[in-house]
Amino acid sequence: MLKFILRRLFFEALPTLFVIATLTFFMVRLAPGGPFSREKQVSAEVQRRLDAYYGLDKPLVVQYGRYLANVARGDLGPSFKHATESVNSLIARAFPVSLELGLWALLFAIVTGIGAGIVASLRPNTWTDAGPMTLAMAGICLPSFVLGPLLLLLFGLTLGWVNVAGWNTAGDRILPAITLGAGYAAYLARLTRAGMRDILSQDFIRTARAKGLSPTRVILVHALKGGLLPSVSFLGPAVAGLITGTFVVESIFQIPGLGQIIVNAAFNRDYFLILGAVVFIGFVMIVMNLLVDVAQALMNPRLRLGE
Amino acid sequence: MPLLNVQDLSVGFHTRHGVVRAVNHVSFSLEPGDSLGIVGESGSGKSVTCLSLLGLLPMPPARIESGAAAFDGQDLLRLPAAKLRGILGRDIAMIFQDPMTSLNPYLRIATQLTEPLLVHKGLSRAAAFKQAAAALGGVGIADPEARLNQYPHEFSGGMRQRVMIAMATITRPRLLIADEPTTALDVTVQAQILELIKTLRREHGTAVIFITHNLAVINGIADRVMVMYAGQAVETAPVPAIFHQPLHPYTAALLRSVPSAHKPGEPLQSILGTPPDPLRLPPGCPFTPRCPFAQEPCSLATTAELELGPVPSPAPDRRLTACIRVKKEGADVLRPA
Amino acid sequence: MSTPDTDELEKGTSLGHDAWLRLRKNRLAVAGGLLLVAIALLCLIGPALSPYGYEADNLQLGAAPPSLSHWMGTDYNGRDLFTRVMVGGRVSFAVGLAATAVSLLIGVLYGAIAGYLGGRTDMLLMRIVDILYALPFTIFVILLLTLFGRNFVLLFVAIGAVEWLTMARIVRGQVMGLKKQEFVEACVAIGMSRRRIILRHLVPNTLGPVVVYVTLTVPSVMLLEAFLSFLGLGVQPPMSSWGILIGDGARAMEVNPWLLVFPGLLFSLTLFALNALGDGLRDALDVRGAKD
Repeated sequence: MLKFILRRLFFEALPTLFVIATLTFFMVRLAPGGPFSREKQVSAEVQRRLDAYYGLDKPLVVQYGRYLANVARGDLGPSFKHATESVNSLIARAFPVSLELGLWALLFAIVTGIGAGIVASLRPNTWTDAGPMTLAMAGICLPSFVLGPLLLLLFGLTLGWVNVAGWNTAGDRILPAITLGAGYAAYLARLTRAGMRDILSQDFIRTARAKGLSPTRVILVHALKGGLLPSVSFLGPAVAGLITGTFVVESIFQIPGLGQIIVNAAFNRDYFLILGAVVFIGFVMIVMNLLVDVAQALMNPRLRLGE
Repeated sequence: MPLLNVQDLSVGFHTRHGVVRAVNHVSFSLEPGDSLGIVGESGSGKSVTCLSLLGLLPMPPARIESGAAAFDGQDLLRLPAAKLRGILGRDIAMIFQDPMTSLNPYLRIATQLTEPLLVHKGLSRAAAFKQAAAALGGVGIADPEARLNQYPHEFSGGMRQRVMIAMATITRPRLLIADEPTTALDVTVQAQILELIKTLRREHGTAVIFITHNLAVINGIADRVMVMYAGQAVETAPVPAIFHQPLHPYTAALLRSVPSAHKPGEPLQSILGTPPDPLRLPPGCPFTPRCPFAQEPCSLATTAELELGPVPSPAPDRRLTACIRVKKEGADVLRPA
Repeated sequence: MSTPDTDELEKGTSLGHDAWLRLRKNRLAVAGGLLLVAIALLCLIGPALSPYGYEADNLQLGAAPPSLSHWMGTDYNGRDLFTRVMVGGRVSFAVGLAATAVSLLIGVLYGAIAGYLGGRTDMLLMRIVDILYALPFTIFVILLLTLFGRNFVLLFVAIGAVEWLTMARIVRGQVMGLKKQEFVEACVAIGMSRRRIILRHLVPNTLGPVVVYVTLTVPSVMLLEAFLSFLGLGVQPPMSSWGILIGDGARAMEVNPWLLVFPGLLFSLTLFALNALGDGLRDALDVRGAKD
């Protein structure tokens, strides 16, 4: 297992991170405009000293090499816009917000999605199947930027149950989490139903029933592990989506997370902040994918032996 | 008192195209420690008969149309689900055809093997593990304690069937139903598995129902045999007697098509025609269209006439046939002209 | 001599015909297909029939709720929302189809080359796809659009670049599988020309999964476009798309909720129609592994 993790780390995670950093670096630097050009005109002398201070006067390749070396040490550099703060500390402030939002959304998606999928799979083609699956279809067809405002309209403005914006009280977490998680809940419900239907029709389920096991035990012990595998492999991309998908939800509900930082940084040409945030998100995605791979290997013994 | 007494069992599958009568008015019984073979080609209803007794058929589409199955005085077909579960895996156990798919690939052998003990006997995990190791050793698997921690995909087909047998017999059931347990295995492994079932039966005195499409396999493992065709029981007899003198045209045809059972010097013959469409069974005896001995009354026979009945001369003991000509005119009818 | 009977038999056994029969039995897919045609027709010819131009403002009227003269109400400038939604739909569909075409072109070529050549080349090409898969593409698209300006062409390229990866994987898998099939060897053995093998045997067999994936790509592309337009990074005013209308509606919903509800509803219905049709096609053509 350790070998498996190390191999994934060195042959997939590191190259991916390298590609992300490189692509972002050159994309940012090749774009027209610079961090200080939009601000009030600065004298050539000040400009030169600023460039020297941030190392922008060196050839691009040298800057690139230096940046990679810093990233490797975990230093994401200074921010141009927020002169007093480093990129590290900006991310350290915004990421917990995005992470919390993502985790609540993930919790909502897993509980409702997998729950609905299991319920639907037990009695196919009855109303306990059709009901959850209709809801799942609706969840897939209602994107977050439609669902979020609609939820706000209903529960925030019309009923007045929750605050319309902000990230302070526990109640502020509910609508953003549902908005962000609904689509994933819908996909999970469909994947879980399909996976469970597949497993429940297998011979070994008949063996389990022939042993006189209760339906609960048949489902929990014998069917769930295999039936949830498709859902677990979906969780990798899902977690990645939950992190990058916070852009819209953060802007709808005005939540001070990582998504807002990236959009603002891009507008301001805040080079190191853009780079740092993207590299950091890439890092988080890779870690999540690795965790999901490990979970999958733990659940499926055949996978474990093969690799 | 018989251990299992099945009377007038009928099972139908209700499909969009009509009702498939998979089992038609089948009756048989089994004494404790007795061994019955059920023989028939695929689709003859032999598996459905046993699965319906254990409540393992998907319902719908399957439906039990009639019958009773007394096990130990309790009617399996009318028992509440929870009560039936108390009997399955404890007093009645089943082995399935394909050992590659019948074990759960996601669970360790130990989990699956100890499950009946934990659920039915209330054993502790440690005690169950010990007994599981002993059972695994008992079916001829070396190094059982280490093997218990492995997963099914680490076993060969024959080994998996041994595991299935160990799992089925670990609670010392009084009835073991083996549904074509050797069909999916290599010929050399088949013999080992048959030998194993025989040994276990001898040691524990378990009654066995052995389902197969291969008459030759029956020899040595079953005391009596019931032959099924198109959902009906067409003949039952003690095993040696049926090889000596079949008393139903279908059995006779079956014997002539089995290499190891046919008489030396006679040519091997296949049965002409194909089994009837289960949605449109022919009237009267379902074998009539393929039967070389059929006469007009055969296609007019009623269901009651086609049930197993005693044979006149030379009525050997405990022989029953559904052939109305044999029942009326005796065994000599089946002599080739 | 061919009798009507054998004609019918031949038709009945063709793969496409079989799939068509199965698709027709799937009520959800049929409903999705009809709904899709209805919405597309509405967007295509609706604006021409509407008495209002989509830019024609009516400042005296201002934002008015739905009424007989304005079925979906009007926006802040008194512009007819129904007309604007139909015109916005044209843009959304156009982006959806164009970006899907881009991803189809890249994906099919890339996948077919990888699958056909096999060996080292295949390994290298698919390794690149694997790495690209792991990139946070949404972020790259957002960066691209903020840094290089909000450009319509860039939008197509960006979306198409995200979506071709899965297409490449599917096509490669199909080609690899087909190469090994005995019927291809049989074709070679009877001396059939390569062109004929590819056109008559290989292409029709990859067509199923590709068609299914295309129907499922269109909604995901439309979703991405709407998402970017919602953030103000996609289609730019005065052009309009469903994403823009939904974004405008979301900002105005406190006073004029209909501005959010109608574009949102139509967009969701379109997504439903495409997804239902895609699911139905997948089942009818018995394609596995094309998305969920």
